[in-house]
Amino acid sequence: MKSNLFYRKIFTLLKVQYSNMLEYRVEIALWAISGIIPFFMLNIWTNNNLNESINITDVMLSRYFLCAFFVRQFSVVWVVFSFEEDSLMGRVSPYLIQPLNPFFRYFAQHLAEQITRFPFALLIAFIFFIFNPESIWIPNLGILFLSIISTFLSFLIQFLIQSILACLCFWTEKASSIERLLFIPTLFLSGLLAPVVSFPEYVKSWVYLTPFPYLIDFPANILSGNPSNISGGLIMQILWILLLFPVFKKIWSSGTKKYTAMGS
Amino acid sequence: MNLKKYLKVYKNFLHTSLASEFEYKTNILTDLITAILSLIGSIFLLSIFFQNNNKIGNWEFEQALIIQGFYTILNGITNTWFNPNLTEIVKHIREGTLDYVLLKPIDSQFFISLKKLNPSGILEIMLGFCLLMYSIKTNEITLNFSFLILGLITISCSISILYSLWFFISTTTIWFVKTWNATEVLRSFLYIGRFPLNSFSFSLRIFFSVFIPIAFLTTIPSEVFLGLSQLWKIFLEIIVAIIFIFYSRKFWLYALRFYSSASS
Repeated sequence: MKSNLFYRKIFTLLKVQYSNMLEYRVEIALWAISGIIPFFMLNIWTNNNLNESINITDVMLSRYFLCAFFVRQFSVVWVVFSFEEDSLMGRVSPYLIQPLNPFFRYFAQHLAEQITRFPFALLIAFIFFIFNPESIWIPNLGILFLSIISTFLSFLIQFLIQSILACLCFWTEKASSIERLLFIPTLFLSGLLAPVVSFPEYVKSWVYLTPFPYLIDFPANILSGNPSNISGGLIMQILWILLLFPVFKKIWSSGTKKYTAMGS
Repeated sequence: MNLKKYLKVYKNFLHTSLASEFEYKTNILTDLITAILSLIGSIFLLSIFFQNNNKIGNWEFEQALIIQGFYTILNGITNTWFNPNLTEIVKHIREGTLDYVLLKPIDSQFFISLKKLNPSGILEIMLGFCLLMYSIKTNEITLNFSFLILGLITISCSISILYSLWFFISTTTIWFVKTWNATEVLRSFLYIGRFPLNSFSFSLRIFFSVFIPIAFLTTIPSEVFLGLSQLWKIFLEIIVAIIFIFYSRKFWLYALRFYSSASS
């Protein structure tokens, strides 16, 4: 009975959020377009023959950046901004009364948004293939499955990190500036702008210990068929999730204890 | 006197927005760290590019740093004025508070574009200036009067174009209501301003000089600094800037005719 109720909750949440997201499909299309930076980067890389020294062919590099675009599309997280607004507006209080952690609501929001986003991302990929017909490839099912899993894990890592930051709203009112700070290493070290293999040695020696390369570079490498250590990467992703989840639980429970509704 | 009135009003704007921003002191500090990290990140990215090739689009590393400096200054200006104010338009329109703005005996574009100020962006502008000073030294540029005048003209044209782009997009909110991610699309396009225009392929170069004149923003002022710029390019930039300022104003007045307040 109890698990049945749980599934019903999840299903309803997803359904509500999906219809909500469909309402704003133009907005989501615009979000999808705003993720095209990897293609500009690809243009710089191939146009200046920068990839010769790192032993990646033009085709493989274009696949890499296309996959980076895809992974980014399905691992974008903005929970800290939603939560900050809700908490400033005092909307968190009614959420807290409900017998459901408010973060489930945000989680469903993100998943619903990804579903809405999917056709737009496909369309952009289609346009990309029109311009670069030589880079068309079809990954086999196993690879596809693994890359979906690793993309989802990457999404989970980012969701957890941002949820932890969002909980800081209980102490300070503006937690999103910390997120903007954390976005900078994510941008430059995750492989969105340059594949991690091209990084200089002094960065490569430590960057694989941080969560960043597993956010985009690792799933994109799997999907595009570039060499990558699949089991090692997945283990690192899971390790980071196992590390972050207790932190989130801890900060959530101490945050809600501290919580006083706005204006009190 | 009209100008006197506007100056006085602006002084009050400055006072109120600084007072409210200094409420969040740690926020300003994190924003400063974000700006510094972001600059380090872009220089890191440039160094990856130049590690494989010592010239990108005929620009050397030291010369590309000038572009980076201009980008940082323009980004700082965006963060100080354009971003906090023009994203506010969306809120005004959604909540119908634009009514109050229109009722005030003051130019609505002036009010909407300059009401707020984010002091942490000013630190970013200073950071950009430092980088420019440094690259003036490393590139052994001799400062003289005509060069300074040309530099000032081109940079103010860049600022005008940038402002008009932001203002154009924010104005479309009057029809579409929720477009704050349209500014996000613009932001991601502006990202290419960090790199010399010549490093992109021919078609992208055309796109970024004809449709969205991002090419003008950083490349032309940097060329002036290096003494590489032809006079016609500078003239072209001045003309483009005038056209943009003029039409963004026209567009705003035109769009206001369609403003029907919230829930009517």
